[in-house]
Amino acid sequence: MTTPNQSHTPTSTPTPSPSSSAFAAVRAAGRRIRAMSRAEVRLLTRNTMAMVTALAMPALLVVFTYATSDDAVGERMELGSFITVAMTGFVLLFVVYYNLVSSYVARREELVLKRLRTSEATDFEILAGTAVPALLIGMVQVILVAVASAALLDLGVPVNPILVVVGVLGGAAVFVLLAAASTAFTRTVESAQVSTLPLVLVSMVLSGMMVPLDTYPDMLGDAARLLPLTPVVELIQLGLEGTDGTAAAADFTGTFSEALAPSAVLLVWIYLGVYAVRRWFRWEPRT
Amino acid sequence: MTETIIDVDGLRRRYGGTDDGFEAVRGVSFTVHKGELFALLGTNGAGKTSTLEMIEGLAPAGAGSVAVLGRDPYIDRADVRPRIGIMLQEGGFPSDLTVAEMAMMWAGMMADHRPISEALEVVDLGSRTDVKIRALSGGERRRLDLALALMGRPDVLFLDEPTTGLDPQSRRAAWELIRGLLDDGTTIVLTTHYLEEAEELADRIAIMDAGRIVTSGTAAEIAAAHPARISFELDDALLRADDGAVSPRVQLPPLNAQFHTTGRRVTVHTDEVQQTLTDLLGWANERGIALTGLNVRSGSLEQAFLAVASGEHREEITA
Repeated sequence: MTTPNQSHTPTSTPTPSPSSSAFAAVRAAGRRIRAMSRAEVRLLTRNTMAMVTALAMPALLVVFTYATSDDAVGERMELGSFITVAMTGFVLLFVVYYNLVSSYVARREELVLKRLRTSEATDFEILAGTAVPALLIGMVQVILVAVASAALLDLGVPVNPILVVVGVLGGAAVFVLLAAASTAFTRTVESAQVSTLPLVLVSMVLSGMMVPLDTYPDMLGDAARLLPLTPVVELIQLGLEGTDGTAAAADFTGTFSEALAPSAVLLVWIYLGVYAVRRWFRWEPRT
Repeated sequence: MTETIIDVDGLRRRYGGTDDGFEAVRGVSFTVHKGELFALLGTNGAGKTSTLEMIEGLAPAGAGSVAVLGRDPYIDRADVRPRIGIMLQEGGFPSDLTVAEMAMMWAGMMADHRPISEALEVVDLGSRTDVKIRALSGGERRRLDLALALMGRPDVLFLDEPTTGLDPQSRRAAWELIRGLLDDGTTIVLTTHYLEEAEELADRIAIMDAGRIVTSGTAAEIAAAHPARISFELDDALLRADDGAVSPRVQLPPLNAQFHTTGRRVTVHTDEVQQTLTDLLGWANERGIALTGLNVRSGSLEQAFLAVASGEHREEITA
C-alpha cells in the first residue's frame, strides 16, 4: 500500500487557495518552459544547418513563389493573401515541422529528454520547451511577410481575422504534434531529412497553398482536404479573403459556416497527433 | 525514532507481455531512513536501475508499492520531484551548451535552488563554467551531473553510479561531498560498481541479482556471513607428488575447513578463523614447515558480492 501524506513526513506545506495555487502552478510551468526555451535558442544559434532551415528557407521559398506566380493567382485572390498563406505553409513545414523533428531527435539521442524527465517539468512542458523558440521564430516570419504584403501587394483588411488566428494557431499545434510523432520513425538527426520528406512534399503540392485544389480531379481534391496542412490554408484564405478561391467571397458571418469543415479536419488532426505522441513518442534512444 | 524516507514493498516491474516478457524486478522490499545512505549493488542486469526508476517516479510500479517522503513518487510527482535530486547513469547534456548555460537552464526549472556558482564550485567546476560540455572530460561531465543533482538542495538524492569515470582523487572528493550531505541530513540511495565505495559510504547495503535482493545489511554484517580465508604457499617438494600431480604430499592438518590448492598456494576457507589458524600454525611448527606468504582475510563484501553474482543462491531457491 502506498501511504499518501503520512503525518510523520514533512511534506505538508501551507495550502493556498485553489485559484492562487493554480495560478502559481501555471507560472511555475511557464518558468520551466522559458528555461528550456532559452537553452534551445542557444543551441539553435550554434547549429548552422538548423539556422539556415529556420531563417533562410521560408524566405527563399516565398521569394521564389512570388517570382513564379502568374496572373492566374490574381484572378483568385489578392497576391498578398496568396503570399501570406504560402509563407505560413513554408513556416509550418520547415521552421516548425522539419526543425522540431530534428531537435526532438537530437535531444532524445543525447539523452537530454531523459534528463529533463527527472526534473520538475511535466512531459508536456518538455515538448513545449523545445517547440516555443521555433514557434516564435515562425510567428515573426509570418507577421513580417504579412506586413510586407500589406505594404507592397494589396493585402487588405482580413474579412475574418478570427479564422486567420485559428488557422495559424491550429496549424502550429498540429505540426508540433506531427513533429513529435515523426520522431518515432526517425532514428538520427540526419535521417530527419528523409523521414520528414513525405509530409513536406505532399503538403506543398496538395494543401492548396501553392496549387489550387480545384485544378486537381475531384477525388484527389477532396482527399487533399483531409490532409493536415489543407484546413490551415483554407482557414487562413477564408479569413483573409472570405473565400478559398473556389466560390464567391463570403462576409464576416458567412465565413464561419464555410470554416466548419476545415476546422473539423484540423481538430481531428490535433486529436490524432496527441494520440500518436502518447502512443509512440520515445523519451530515450532505442537500446 | 528515525524517520522513514523511502518505503519500498514488494516492488515488481515487467518489460513486454506477460508471456514473452521479462520480469526485471521481482519483489523488492526495503526502507531507507532519514540521513542514511543505502547502496544497491548487483551485476549489470540485476535490476538496480529498473528498481531505481520506480522509486524516482520515472516509471510506475508494476506491482507492489513505493513511497518517497510519504508520497507516491509517480502519481504525486509534482509534490515529490522538487524535494529529490536524481543523477542518472549518463548525463544527458546538449554538447553545444557551456557548463554555466546548462546549470542556468537546470536551475531555471526549479522552484528553489542553490546559487549556480556555488553548485559548480562544490564539485570543483568553478573554473570550467565557460567550457562547452563537448570539451569536458568524462570525469568532469560526471561532476557536472552531480552538481545539477544537488542544485535544488534535495532531501533525497539518487545517485546511479556517481563516480564512474572519476580519477581516484576526484572520487575521494565526491565521497567527502556525499559524507557532508549525509551529515546535513540528506537521504541517499546509491548504486555503484565499486564495492569499496559502498563500504566507505553506505550505512546499509543490498545486493541484487535477477530482480531480487539476495543479501542485505551493513557491510560488516554481509561480510561476516562469508567465511574467512587463510592462504599460504608450500614448497614444491611438499606439494608435488612423485608423478608431478599437484596434490599435497604432506597430510594437511585435520582442520574444520575447506582447502583448495592453486599451484603452490593453498587456500583455506573457514568460519572459525582463530581456531583454524591456531591449528594450522601448530601443525606447521611441529613439522618445521614454512608457510610462505601467509595471509588471513576475514569475509569481505567482495566475497559476498561474487557469491551472489555467481548465482549460487539461485540453486537454493529452486532446490
